[in-house]
Amino acid sequence: MNESIDVMVNGETRTVARGATLLELLRALELDPRAVVVEHNRTIVRRPRLGDVTVAAGDAIELVHFVGGG
Amino acid sequence: MTAAVDTVRDTPFVVGGRTFHSRLMVGTGKYRDNETMARALEAAGAEIVTVAVRRVDLDRSKETGILHHLDPNRYFLLANTAGCFTADDAVRYARLAREAGFNEFVKLEVIGDQETLLPDVQGLLEAARTLVKDGFKVLAYTNEDLVTALRLEDAGCAAVMPLASPIGSGLGLLNPYGVRTIKRRLTVPVVVDAGVGTASDACVTMEQGVDGILMNTALAAARDPVAMAHAMRLAVEAGRTAYLAGRMPRREVAVPSSPLEGMLD
Repeated sequence: MNESIDVMVNGETRTVARGATLLELLRALELDPRAVVVEHNRTIVRRPRLGDVTVAAGDAIELVHFVGGG
Repeated sequence: MTAAVDTVRDTPFVVGGRTFHSRLMVGTGKYRDNETMARALEAAGAEIVTVAVRRVDLDRSKETGILHHLDPNRYFLLANTAGCFTADDAVRYARLAREAGFNEFVKLEVIGDQETLLPDVQGLLEAARTLVKDGFKVLAYTNEDLVTALRLEDAGCAAVMPLASPIGSGLGLLNPYGVRTIKRRLTVPVVVDAGVGTASDACVTMEQGVDGILMNTALAAARDPVAMAHAMRLAVEAGRTAYLAGRMPRREVAVPSSPLEGMLD
């Protein structure tokens, strides 16, 4: 068993530790959980639950925020 | 507020149960820098400002997050679904935006054509129904077609936003009759969104009786966005006040303003 797995984050392959939670993923990316919204395999994960949800190989994760727009 | 406005009794601008004083809504995209954007919003006197939902830049090569430059306690953030071409995508973006935690309002865009960015009204209605059912306050960007506007109101939209002309075109109000008719027939607020290019466009648009205007490129792409924001603020107030004042009838012939009596022999 590998110690790490590949997941897709914002369309890019990222390697994370097996069993990592979404919160740990954000920390590894140096992102403030209060400043992003997380979608995990097309399901929104609310902030209080980010530490409860673990990622699996091949998962699709989207991290979004507000940018300028009209 | 100027003295002239005080003499005309206006009602507050209420949308989705929230009351606003400014009828000028402003987008936050495409400014040359964030400081200019912040100063333009202030000069516009805007309360409602729009933002878009996009991926975080994982490499941090550029800081794209707008909230570093926009105080969410000062401005009412209206997230849009810009760039969405299907109802499903628009619903997805709206839900992500709501999760950011500011409010349940969304400026719904479902685009049907890449070149003109005109709305896909079928997708728009579908997304509007889904989002209204899901508890959103939907402000729907649409064309100036009355029947679509009526359907959007029936679907429970909090406001209907017909375009003046295509997004970013600056062509001004192409169909005053269409916009005026929508305003006359709908009960929910009508806010013209997109296409206003300069102050006279904003003024003419407000003279149709609509409840407000949303603009972005007219400010961001002006040589001096802050000065243009100030001009737009005045134009929206002028147009609104002129509408409330009630313009004189148009005549095909001249009518003298000075007395005909008392002329010399």
